Amino acid sequence: MIQIKNLHKSYKMGSSSLHVLKGINFDVEEGELVAIMGSSGSGKSTLLNILGMLDGADEGEYILDQVPIKNLNETKAAKYRNKFLGFVFQSFNLINYKSALENVALPLYYQGIPRKERQVFALEYLDRVGLKDWSTHLPSELSGGQKQRVAIARAMASRPKVLLADEPTGALDTKTSYEVMDLIQKINQEGKTILVVTHEPDIAHMCKRIVLLKDGVIIEDKKVDQVLASAHV
Amino acid sequence: MFNRDRWREIFETIGKNKLRTFLSGFTVALGIFIFIILFGLGNGLKNTFQEFFLDDASNAIFIYPGRTSMPYKGFKANRRIEFKNEDVEDIKQNFPMFTEYVTPRITRSELTSFKNESNTYTTRAVAPGHQFIEKTILMKGRYINQMDLNKKTKNAVIGRLVAKDLFKKEDPIGKYIDVGSTVFKVVGVFQDDGGDNEERYIYIPYTTRQLLEKSNDKVGQIIVTFPKELGHVGAVAFEKSLKKFFKDKKSVDPRDPNGIYFQNLTDDLKQSQQFAVVLQLIVSFVGLGTLIAGIIGISNIMVFVVKERTKELGIRKALGATPRSVIQMVLQESVFITAISGYVGLFLGIAVLKNVGLSLEEYFIKNPFIDFGTAFAATIVLIIFGAIAGYIPAKRASRIKPIVALRDE
Repeated sequence: MIQIKNLHKSYKMGSSSLHVLKGINFDVEEGELVAIMGSSGSGKSTLLNILGMLDGADEGEYILDQVPIKNLNETKAAKYRNKFLGFVFQSFNLINYKSALENVALPLYYQGIPRKERQVFALEYLDRVGLKDWSTHLPSELSGGQKQRVAIARAMASRPKVLLADEPTGALDTKTSYEVMDLIQKINQEGKTILVVTHEPDIAHMCKRIVLLKDGVIIEDKKVDQVLASAHV
Repeated sequence: MFNRDRWREIFETIGKNKLRTFLSGFTVALGIFIFIILFGLGNGLKNTFQEFFLDDASNAIFIYPGRTSMPYKGFKANRRIEFKNEDVEDIKQNFPMFTEYVTPRITRSELTSFKNESNTYTTRAVAPGHQFIEKTILMKGRYINQMDLNKKTKNAVIGRLVAKDLFKKEDPIGKYIDVGSTVFKVVGVFQDDGGDNEERYIYIPYTTRQLLEKSNDKVGQIIVTFPKELGHVGAVAFEKSLKKFFKDKKSVDPRDPNGIYFQNLTDDLKQSQQFAVVLQLIVSFVGLGTLIAGIIGISNIMVFVVKERTKELGIRKALGATPRSVIQMVLQESVFITAISGYVGLFLGIAVLKNVGLSLEEYFIKNPFIDFGTAFAATIVLIIFGAIAGYIPAKRASRIKPIVALRDE
């Protein structure tokens, strides 16, 4: 599903430049649930941004579902994001003046799906994250865990190939975190490929594979025995 | 542009961000409103000015007799100059190319009465051409004509206020009034834009006046109009030769400043036209200034709006919005709001101007107005600048990488 070869990325900081990713190589098969771990500054978020086409790489190869991601202009990147990827952010990033339903329907709007169909779809996905009854509520009326579940529903609504989650539990307490991870595991069990960036070991062990980053290189890449989040809820 | 789904998205955004919508709409509406009010009041000032200074024909030279102050050709100083009928004819014959109308004017004050009403009015004994010099507007009946002059008829044309004073609601045409113990028949009623005083005159044939004053041929003053095509330079030259001719004829020293007075209205006209130009400049400057202030206001609001939406636009981009669709959304929304509120301001402004109407006349503002073309153009300009002001930050926002826009503050 994802192939990455010799990926480099550096940021210019005034006159000097900061080399963040120093040659990353890894592949992700379809249906995997991968945790990308590392302390802050290890380059894990940068890697996720490049995977998410929110940022471009300086050097290296990135193939997503047999499509080489290279020299994208903004318009093309937007289309690929819409088609291939679903995002879940630490700070939820819901649009605060839109109801839960409208937030979930937004990626479908950019796919050009007619309004009525959008709403049916969106409601279906809200139902799957257990928030059907909250569809008309604004984000400000939802709890943190509910917001993240709306965000996950939104990410899933466009039916992406890969779900990218950047610290999805970073802003949540332990119990809510496990609930969200439970949801992510269930989506994974249905066959979706998911990448989770986290610095929490317990969250990482709820995935099937852990990739450990340090100073811009992968120092460890191992399969783990998945801890089921439902056991802790 | 005509994508129904996009319009729905925009209406939703507008409906749910009322403060933002109100702020940008209010700025535009206020800008246009103030522009129209100031421009309209400026036009009102111009109207008043034109009424004050441009009431009478401007292509006229007034000639008044006086007393000489220098001895000349054997006459001693302090001699009274008098004009006669033959002087009028002489002007007509000697300057046929330069004169339009030549009319004498003999002014007398007379007690005038009809039935039990009486009052003292100024009578002006004139020739038919006088109508065009004073820009007299006839409401009823006719003016003094050539037949009145030939037959020395006792016909009078009275001002609107004379008719109002003496006749109340009666129709004055065909009635007889007593003017200084002589009975005149009213043949016309006139009005004049020059104000109340101008409407309290009574015009009679000058030949009749001369008949009443022992059949003399004396003329009080002479008014000459010249073709407008002469222009200011031509008018000054004409005045000069007229002066030379007249002083020579009446044996007045060419250097004598008294004796005969000439008043050339074209001088006044030139001054008042310069004043009008200055007034127009001030009005335009005020209008332009208001418009620029409005443009700056709407630009500020647009920059603020886009700044406030940076995060939202980042989210939209992460979800698959293309830069183009981001710009289109921001622009379509801003143009829609500015257009609607622009026209609200436009019609409010025009409505206020209409209502103010004549109530500001005592402050020298008469009938303030703005022509619809100017108001419309100003609104369009504001909408266009609002769009440009929205486009630049929208373009920048659309270029921001979503990751930057989404970064937590």
